Amino acid sequence: MTNRLAIEIAGLRLSNPTMLAAGILGLSGASLLEAAKNGAGAVVTKSVGLQPRAGYANPAVVQVGCGLLNAMGLPNPGTKDFAEEIRELKKGGLKVPVIASVFGFSGEEFADAARVLTRAGADGVELNVSCPHVDKTGSEIGQNPSLVAKVVKRVKNAVDTPVIVKLTPNVADIVEVAEAGVRAGADAIVAINTVRAMAINVETARPILANKIGGLSGSAIKPIAVRCVYEIYENVKVPIIGCGGITSWRDAVEFMLAGASAVQIGTAIASEGLEVFKSITVGIDSYIMEKGFRSVKEIVGLSHRH
Amino acid sequence: MKIASFHDETSVVKSFTFHDRLCANAEPGQFVMIWIPGVDEIPMSLSTLHPDTNEAAVTVEKVGKATKTLHRMKTEDTIGVRGPFGNSYVISKAQNVMIVGGGTGLASLAPLAERLVEQRAKVTLLIGAKARRDLLFLDRMNQLLSQTEGQVIITTEDASYGVKGLVTESAKKLLSQRGKFDVIYACGPEQMMYKMFLLSEKFNVQFQASLERFMRCAIGLCGTCIIGKYRVCRDGPVFSGRQLREVKDEFGHFSRGFDGRRIAF
Repeated sequence: MTNRLAIEIAGLRLSNPTMLAAGILGLSGASLLEAAKNGAGAVVTKSVGLQPRAGYANPAVVQVGCGLLNAMGLPNPGTKDFAEEIRELKKGGLKVPVIASVFGFSGEEFADAARVLTRAGADGVELNVSCPHVDKTGSEIGQNPSLVAKVVKRVKNAVDTPVIVKLTPNVADIVEVAEAGVRAGADAIVAINTVRAMAINVETARPILANKIGGLSGSAIKPIAVRCVYEIYENVKVPIIGCGGITSWRDAVEFMLAGASAVQIGTAIASEGLEVFKSITVGIDSYIMEKGFRSVKEIVGLSHRH
Repeated sequence: MKIASFHDETSVVKSFTFHDRLCANAEPGQFVMIWIPGVDEIPMSLSTLHPDTNEAAVTVEKVGKATKTLHRMKTEDTIGVRGPFGNSYVISKAQNVMIVGGGTGLASLAPLAERLVEQRAKVTLLIGAKARRDLLFLDRMNQLLSQTEGQVIITTEDASYGVKGLVTESAKKLLSQRGKFDVIYACGPEQMMYKMFLLSEKFNVQFQASLERFMRCAIGLCGTCIIGKYRVCRDGPVFSGRQLREVKDEFGHFSRGFDGRRIAF
């Protein structure tokens, strides 16, 4: 593809603005490499913590009409085993940045996880302070601006790579949290993680997810995510990465017009396949050509002129 | 979804039939996610496909909490069914076909054998089990192949029925003695499938195997069932010999637990 599509986020050079979202595939080096080979401009790993976690029992996923409901429970092999996956990925000839998504139950744990995976070769770190269904981490941190600031500071002190914060929409004011993260040193923001949600089976009168409550992704949450990106863009200076229901190039462009410098894609892989990265990239390229822009950078935040 | 009927296959294996148009019209090799309310959701191959009656079935061995609970369930009890998912066995115009099944691997191979017989292929079906009491679908398969040129060959490890030994040994003998098979289909324990894969390479026969992995989403997102660059739920569960060659460092060697860590076979 042309360099019209190249974009830089906190020093990370992306050949196109599409990224594999955290939690999707991302559990092994080979699956991350496959997403990159299919055209992702960067890949984000599954969220990894210091200790291995099996996550919740099944059902961990419910296919609802307008999206996908999940409560995986942060399954991951732990930083020690996952460091090997990142090393293999780097050896396997990965040509795009790999960002390690990390979580912890304290600022120190976030920092330790970030340190291990950065040493293994991760080009950046994404802080999962937004998982809506695991106690004492994720959105329990992300709903509190001062806790977010504390975690960001800890991680910034631990690593030299860019630190990105992924925010939860399950707050009254997402801007307040974004500002706290940026003041603490965050180099970029991802908006948004899943929206807290549930589904109940009417035959059996039971909540379907083993964890009862999970997070909603997919088309249903796109307008929420677009609004979050739009509001954050008005108030913070660091790059924003849009995430939430992006399925087509139109969705991606909409996020960029709202203020996103790049977009993360996850749930759409179920319906569109891994080809989604290429098809969205091609679509964005046609759009900027047809509209007479020289670079994708020119459309970032364009809707704010009105 | 209500369980329409159930049937004891062996002392530890039961088949559960339910009515669902999509599942009844699935292709041999496809699977469903069965929700046992309040307990678990597990991937199961479709073992019966009857589009004319909208009937489909899964065949379940009692191994863990979920399958034990399912075994206690009766007609009219409610289960959840998501799917069908995944790809299916590729049925080419092959004339001379070998099918190798071990244990509950027969579940996905039985509808395949039925489809192949419908298409007038000559089917040599090799079934392996520890003992006679573990043999699955023996009557169903004998009946299927009795009116054809094909045959059923049984191997038991304790010699309680058929040939004594491992099913892969019977397969090797056939491959080296008899004329060329066009394709080998395999489903069962991974070590057995791995041996069959090596035999298919040695005797230069096309190969397809249906793999089993832990699964969660079943739609190619969560990454739980990855093998190399492939997702078993979405790119599989049936893989060709060519694909298995690409993942030969993993196939037959290790799978991954729900936490993503490697578990050696």
